[in-house]
Amino acid sequence: MNLFRLSFRMLRRDWRAGELRILVLALMIAVSSITTVGFFADRVELALSRESNRLLGADLLVIGDRPLSAHYADKAEQLGLNTATLTRFSSMASKEENNLLAEIRAVSTGYPLRGELRLAHTASEILTEERTYVAQGIPSPGTVWIDEKLMAGLDITPGETLELGATRMTVAALVAREPDYSVGFINMGARLLMNADDLVATHPIQPGSRVTYQLLVAGEEKQVAEFRSWAQKQLVPGQRIEGIRDARPEIRSALERAEKFLSLTALASVVVAAAAMALAVRRFTQRHLDGCAIMRCLGASQSTILHLYLYHFVILGLVASGLGCLLGFVAQEFLSHWLAGLVETSLPLPSGLPAVHGLLSGMVLLLGFSLPPLLNLRRVPALRVLRRDFGITNLHGLAGYAFGLLALSILFIWEAGELRMGILVMLGFMAAIAVFALLGWVLIKLLMLVRQQAASAWRYGLANIRRRTIASLVQSIALGLGLMAMLVLTLIQSDLLRDWRTSLPPNTPNRFLINIQPDQLQPLAEFFAQHGMQQPDFYPMVRGRLMTINGQPVRIDDDTEARKKQLLNREFNLSWADKLQSDNEIVAGRWWQGADSPENELSLEEEVAGIIGVKLGDRLTFDIAGSPFSATITSLRKVNWDTFRVNFFVIARPGELDAYPINYVTSFYLPPSQVGVMHELVKSFPHLLVVDVATVIEQVQKMIAQVSRAIEFVFLFTLLAGFIVLYAAISATQDERIYEAAIFRTLGAKRRQLVRAWAAEFAILGGLVGIFASAGASVLAYVIAQYVLHVPYTFNAWIWLVGILVGMIGVTIAGLLGTRSTLTHPPLWTLRKVG
Amino acid sequence: MAHPIVRTDSLTKQVDTGDNRLTILQDISLEVNAGESIAIVGASGSGKSTLLGLLAGLDVPTSGHVYLDGEDIFLLDEDERAALRSRLLGFMFQSFQLLPALTAIENVMLPLELAGINDARRAAQALLERVGLGMRLKHYPRQLSGGEQQRVAIARAFVTQPKMLFADEPTGNLDSATGAQIIELMFELNRERGTTLVLVTHDEALSTRCSRQIRMASGRIIH
Repeated sequence: MNLFRLSFRMLRRDWRAGELRILVLALMIAVSSITTVGFFADRVELALSRESNRLLGADLLVIGDRPLSAHYADKAEQLGLNTATLTRFSSMASKEENNLLAEIRAVSTGYPLRGELRLAHTASEILTEERTYVAQGIPSPGTVWIDEKLMAGLDITPGETLELGATRMTVAALVAREPDYSVGFINMGARLLMNADDLVATHPIQPGSRVTYQLLVAGEEKQVAEFRSWAQKQLVPGQRIEGIRDARPEIRSALERAEKFLSLTALASVVVAAAAMALAVRRFTQRHLDGCAIMRCLGASQSTILHLYLYHFVILGLVASGLGCLLGFVAQEFLSHWLAGLVETSLPLPSGLPAVHGLLSGMVLLLGFSLPPLLNLRRVPALRVLRRDFGITNLHGLAGYAFGLLALSILFIWEAGELRMGILVMLGFMAAIAVFALLGWVLIKLLMLVRQQAASAWRYGLANIRRRTIASLVQSIALGLGLMAMLVLTLIQSDLLRDWRTSLPPNTPNRFLINIQPDQLQPLAEFFAQHGMQQPDFYPMVRGRLMTINGQPVRIDDDTEARKKQLLNREFNLSWADKLQSDNEIVAGRWWQGADSPENELSLEEEVAGIIGVKLGDRLTFDIAGSPFSATITSLRKVNWDTFRVNFFVIARPGELDAYPINYVTSFYLPPSQVGVMHELVKSFPHLLVVDVATVIEQVQKMIAQVSRAIEFVFLFTLLAGFIVLYAAISATQDERIYEAAIFRTLGAKRRQLVRAWAAEFAILGGLVGIFASAGASVLAYVIAQYVLHVPYTFNAWIWLVGILVGMIGVTIAGLLGTRSTLTHPPLWTLRKVG
Repeated sequence: MAHPIVRTDSLTKQVDTGDNRLTILQDISLEVNAGESIAIVGASGSGKSTLLGLLAGLDVPTSGHVYLDGEDIFLLDEDERAALRSRLLGFMFQSFQLLPALTAIENVMLPLELAGINDARRAAQALLERVGLGMRLKHYPRQLSGGEQQRVAIARAFVTQPKMLFADEPTGNLDSATGAQIIELMFELNRERGTTLVLVTHDEALSTRCSRQIRMASGRIIH
């Protein structure tokens, strides 16, 4: 008979005999929590990017300054993707004596591919979302849809006609909301939507006017990705590709944070599951020492034993992980139904990748934690059959877990999706384990000092803990990690999410005013005062193109990275400021203190500096309205884009840019009830450009809500894994404990005495668990707040109280439940069962 | 039939106990002929079990040799000794040492399976029926009485048709009536199969059934 078959049969026998239940359960929970997170994250991520894509009106845009060649559309259609076109340019729209320069958008059937266009019949309807309606299709030929700004500027209402280029067009509806309205600072001024078929008839495009041609593409993620990589290679100068991640930095930042938080949640469940696995494998090994000794005695070689159990674990791992994947799939299916009301569209089906991920994670976890004990198991001396005290000395040693920790590290990096974060969190856990071990050891030693003064039950409990110092430490650390994850995900998670939510307060600016001339500052301030609105800050700015870096002309060629090209192709908005804005932080160099240097100085946003490849001390020359302006970079700033306040990539010291043509920009919060004020503003200041970012903010807030929900659900899994840890921890020493208790009872110990002694032992153990968990959770919360979410950390004293109490009560109850069979069965029964 | 199947040559076992070296076995030389039944007797701590462990190659001596079927077992490595045990030896223990996760028949099949012998089930079932446990094949050890567990152990010991059977206090955990039945069964099988018996015992009834007694005290054989 070959070893594999024998191993399979032994596995079946072990299963029948109930030897594997904890291990299988632990592995199943481990894998299902990983896969639930995986499947769900996969779906949410797909949904999030799709939701975000609504802001683009598509999954992807191909943008060019000349008509795009047909092969882009052909390729997209060939891949089964939906397409539409959008041509954007400025043109004068007029009605009688009223003229207004409007941004014209000529769209083809199918627009928008993502998101929706909402229309209204009257200006007042625009104000309330419920009274607007979703556009069916695009404007029919000969008609246009206009926004409120154009309506106000031309004093026109639906049903009337306006002149556009050579033709008269009928205004059919008012645009209440466009999906792609606020992406990028490109949508300014009055807007008009028309049918692309009318372009030929109207000839509104004047020679020399700036036209942007867009191909909108949407469809299955895989095909979109394929199209993107194909199209990337086809781009000619003047063309670029834009997905949501290339557009607004705040959307990108919110998406990235959402992903980080989800992967972090996955990490927590991985740790808890690993703790359960470690305990379960340890118990398995212990229970198989005798069996291995007998087999050695009966003639099995070391390699036979190793192979036997290796096959054993591989089969076990595949079956349990497979079941875990299945369970994970069912759980996430349940979750997405539960969240169905929250997400507007149905969640896209997950890819198969999380299942593969789950299966591999399960095997890595299982083998990581079982290989070292298995390698030990084969070395069990055959003499153990005669002398039971012959065994394996380092079975409980932490060194045995090193391999498991390595496996866990691999999973960490994998789950985190980035090396730095994976290593950071892993190192954090390793450090926590080392500190816990030391702390626990010291605490046990200290408790021993007071042992003689303690009541008998406590004395017995302490004696038991001391006798099993290493095992007790291993158990309380594993349980501590489980409880820590739970604390992080309950108390701390709600703290963090609250902080995160409040990082985007309800009065976050939702309107930007651009192109404010210096002489308008005063009237504008008066306008705000008149309408009882808070005075916004006005930021000066000049526009300049970057010409040279350290005297070397800036070159843009085909090899230039896309984002760099995008930055260098356009003009920078240069501003100046005396003081650093509160949402800015200096990460290199120093902010100027008055005019302490004869040199012109600049402060750059660090990410932009990285993209264009400049550093502190570099000298940049900009061309501002035909005149050069040179300055040296003296500081780099990190900008928190999520505040939605006005921020600049480039800031100069006050006074340096005074000689150049200045205009101002501001942002402010406009409550929905005051939307009407905007009509007056537009009327009073016709040349101002108003940018509405309310949609973007809404989108970001919705994403945050969705992610919070997802995390709360995943927390349930971590909690379940935590219970398995508890169960495994209790079971790990159960045989020993039951056996001892039977002897105690034989020697005349009363039931009550035993219960008290155990309760004391479990309570001490639980106290240790609580201390570890609270300490770990506090540190982890600090790290998450500081480095992941970038919100200030607030200490929560409840964690310590709840952690220690839950630890003590939970472990005591579970421990007593786990060992109750000793109390309900006669000692002889127990002795025979174990012996 | 008179050649020694077990032979030891100046077998000595010492262990370090911190400051001292404790001699457990000293200079043991003995021969056991094929088909013989030998009882090693002596007080607790006289070194009987240590001697049995060394004879079976479960432990290594400080000095001296053990020859099983002519082979010096301490020239072999641990795995080669395991293979030799599989080929030549059967075991019985005071605490039965059945695997709790396996049923009676599976426990008996195990040595055959480890030796890669096909049709383990049939051989195991036949032997279990022979020891009177035909109705208990699928019972787990904990569902069997002490006497029944030791019968399973006997079946397991004989299933590979070993040349030698080593038994450590096989009746030590049994009452005298059950012990007597086990002794009877063991000797019946011993006769049927011509197995050499080496057993360690306190049980007078058992030792007198053997063809020879080796008496030990303080790690030496007393003649």
